[in-house]
Amino acid sequence: MDLVKLASETAIEKREHPSFKAGDTITVYYKIIEGNKERIQQYQGVVLQCKGSGLTQTFTVRKISNGVGVERIFPLYSPKIDKIVVDKRGIVRRARIFYLRGISGKKARIEERKS
Amino acid sequence: MSGIIGKKIGMTSIFGADGKYIPCTVIEAGPCVVTQVKTTATDGYNAVQLAFSDKKEKHTTKAAAGHFKKTGTTPKRKLIEFRYFPELPALGSEIKADLFIEGDIVDVIGTSKGRGFQGVVKRHGFKGVGMQTHGQHNRLRAPGSRGASSYPSRVWRGQRTAGHMGVDRVKIQNLEVVKVMAEQNLILIKGALPGHNGSYVIVEK
Repeated sequence: MDLVKLASETAIEKREHPSFKAGDTITVYYKIIEGNKERIQQYQGVVLQCKGSGLTQTFTVRKISNGVGVERIFPLYSPKIDKIVVDKRGIVRRARIFYLRGISGKKARIEERKS
Repeated sequence: MSGIIGKKIGMTSIFGADGKYIPCTVIEAGPCVVTQVKTTATDGYNAVQLAFSDKKEKHTTKAAAGHFKKTGTTPKRKLIEFRYFPELPALGSEIKADLFIEGDIVDVIGTSKGRGFQGVVKRHGFKGVGMQTHGQHNRLRAPGSRGASSYPSRVWRGQRTAGHMGVDRVKIQNLEVVKVMAEQNLILIKGALPGHNGSYVIVEK
């Protein structure tokens, strides 16, 4: 598998992003191209999971938009991601917090890690 | 049409110019050695024989060893003849991954994964016999009727039935070369290819 790693390393540019994990609240600044115009869209939500390794890592962000739960999966090293900002660090006991999908309101609160 | 022998390494994905993921297969393409050049004068047609992947001397038959000695190269595992090379290369010269450039359209030939003895649903895409109800309970993936009765009183030749599946020579056409890494002799081809990782493939340009 070394050659696969080598191939992706030469093909994908590795960029520095702040480290985050499941339970954190982050804002993803995502570039959107409309015709020939480019604008940046912000997407804020809770990280459900970080998946994969190397340069093909992805992460899932969940937010409640107009009362409807929305989940988006971003490739971490996508050139379309302008930047990632970590807004809040949360305390959760597992790496994949899918239990968040079944709960809402006060139950869906995540305790904040004070450092 | 020129080509090269390669080895399927595995799959990964990279980003295209528009920022979208491109799933691609990594192929170790060459370096291949030209072990024989056939010309119209000597053999009646033009062709190039390429050899790829080293093997040990002790695993080589005497006849094959002599063939490689003529070229002055180490014994190789895989020998393939390519016709219609645009220009015939010299005997003993190397053909590398830089044969390809990004954006080329290629065909890839490989041996598909073996599936063993399979039923008609998996092997030929039959739909099965229907429902679980209406008196049926054990015929979900059965082939159903194999043909008419008193005429022909036999099964027509070519009737699709259960049997061995896979380990076939499969050619996939019109695949795009996404990236060429000439130093490492690697090429990235868009999409999936037949066969296991580590199996040999032929890439035709």
